[in-house]
Amino acid sequence: MSASAHPAQLARPAGLARLARPYANPYVAGFGLGLVLLATYAIMGHGIGASGAFAASVAAGVSSVAPSHAAANDYYRAYNDAGNPLASWIVIEVAGIFAGAFISALLAGRLQRTIEKGSGVAPKTRLAWAFAGGSLMGFASRLARGCTSGLALTGGAALSVGSWVFMLALFGAAYALAPLFRKQWR
Amino acid sequence: MIFPLVSGGAVGVAGQLAIGAAIGAAFGVALERAGLGNARKLAGQFYLTDFTVFKVMFTAILTAMIGLFVLTRLGLMDRTQLEIPGTWVLPQLAGGILFGAGFIMGGLCPGTSCVAAASGRGDGVALIAGMFAGTLVFGELFGLIARFYQSTAMGSATLPGLLHLPEPLVVVLITAMALGCFTGLAKLERSKTR
Repeated sequence: MSASAHPAQLARPAGLARLARPYANPYVAGFGLGLVLLATYAIMGHGIGASGAFAASVAAGVSSVAPSHAAANDYYRAYNDAGNPLASWIVIEVAGIFAGAFISALLAGRLQRTIEKGSGVAPKTRLAWAFAGGSLMGFASRLARGCTSGLALTGGAALSVGSWVFMLALFGAAYALAPLFRKQWR
Repeated sequence: MIFPLVSGGAVGVAGQLAIGAAIGAAFGVALERAGLGNARKLAGQFYLTDFTVFKVMFTAILTAMIGLFVLTRLGLMDRTQLEIPGTWVLPQLAGGILFGAGFIMGGLCPGTSCVAAASGRGDGVALIAGMFAGTLVFGELFGLIARFYQSTAMGSATLPGLLHLPEPLVVVLITAMALGCFTGLAKLERSKTR
């Protein structure tokens, strides 16, 4: 697709979805992502993340709704004792993910209200499975102390044993269970 | 040693947060450009129809791994100042299995769900709602889980230490394995489109 088609897309919001530009080469995007991770290590001394922001938000939420309950819980306390969790680095970083992804999708004409699913599955069913999958991953990322970003990518690059254990288990389980969920994507 | 910059006190708290926002934005752009806000693309990895997840993830790991290795060898990076994810074998094995199950159910991971939601996808929003619920369940059950959560700790164990191999060799082996996979995938994709 030519670059000159691009401003026309912006001028015609109704045509955004139809004129969506193709996705980038995955190796180029991966190289960019790797440089982002390397820069994070070089500047901050730690890696990138995602699920940690959910933990910080939940700790802050429980603390504001039920302060004494949160104070009696070691897990929430670890977040709340370090200051306001909502002003922590990871929460700001994840806010940045939303902003970056939004702008990138906008510029590429890929901003579209939709539900990604196969044609054989009802939207409600797909949303229910997305919620269920999210719940499992919310629990699992706390148990493992990170997710695909903060544990697999970040620790994988630094050769952490736990990160590679998590990564292999993740891919193994997803491949093993994939046949059960094929209908969602067809 | 120059890196990490924060350990020299070069960056204040406000600066760190601003950098966090910028890093997050770059992270979001990279994921969105790769198409990783699209659950169908991610799920394709597990039905062998789309290998974007593997390609992006392992290119990123190779890039950062080699970068960290080179910066350390050049004496520019103080490895002891880095906060690297620690190892708790069983919690991370169990967590990985549960996470993989959630991944194939939901079609997105926590980071990519933010990209999906930001680009207008309802499945991303539903997955984010689930993330909050699952995190809350973990927090509420923490008293029961705490012992398992702390079990099988191996501190800052690394693959070179575990395998008794020199670090450069491990870096070369992982690079060779990944490049081998990339080449194999290219062949597979050529034969599919033919």
